[in-house]
Amino acid sequence: MSTYATDTSVNASIVVEAPIEHAFKVFTEDFGSFKPPDHNMLGVEIAETVFEPRVGGYLYDRGVDGSECRWARVLDYAPPDRVLLSWDISPQWQLETDPEKTSEWEVRFIAETPERTRVEIEHRKLERHGDGWQGVRDGVGGGDGWPLYLRRYADVLADAG
Amino acid sequence: MTYAKSGWAVLADPTRRTIFERLAEHPTAVGELATDLPVSRPAVSQHLKVLKDAGLVIDIRVGKQRIYQVDPEGLAALRTELDRFWNKTLAAYKSVVEQSAREI
Repeated sequence: MSTYATDTSVNASIVVEAPIEHAFKVFTEDFGSFKPPDHNMLGVEIAETVFEPRVGGYLYDRGVDGSECRWARVLDYAPPDRVLLSWDISPQWQLETDPEKTSEWEVRFIAETPERTRVEIEHRKLERHGDGWQGVRDGVGGGDGWPLYLRRYADVLADAG
Repeated sequence: MTYAKSGWAVLADPTRRTIFERLAEHPTAVGELATDLPVSRPAVSQHLKVLKDAGLVIDIRVGKQRIYQVDPEGLAALRTELDRFWNKTLAAYKSVVEQSAREI
């Protein structure tokens, strides 16, 4: 597993011992089984995470009370090689409703052997998340910068503690 | 008292988090923060020191006042968080996908 980052993107990759078709299938169909449990904006426990396997579909969480959080849109769906999704989560850890202010993450599957697959994630266009961090950088304030990501994780820590 | 260096742990304190959020809205002087919050000025100063030590805020001198603001390397922090998120996700994914691959 390795990561590197450029200014406005984050990259991560991993090699798994599984055929490419299986790697793709598990990543999309079972996303909810491996995403971190603290990735939850519902306020209640997540009953299931659904990945709609088509362009125009959503990746969303459904809470135990039936509420839903649609936090990613499927922008491209090309099994078993690639999926491209939006990241509709603002730095305040809230749903971002303005598509212009969302970033995107591409997942690429590359067969290294018939039984081994490299999975690469590029989360890019982070600068689109808006004025927050730029405003802060310019010293003019701007209420919705990255810091509330920190709050989210502080909340998690507080709950755990 | 000792504080964890991690920004997350530092922000687990509700008052400190409130101060931090105020600073995220706009750069603010200590006195103004103390006026707005139900804590004493020395307490605010202490919280600011902890936030500063954790690398979450910086201060600049404007005239006789010291103005605090969140660290301008904001996007770097966002990237750090996402980097952490994806690494955690991929590690868990590897475990799930390899176990199910063995069962095929």
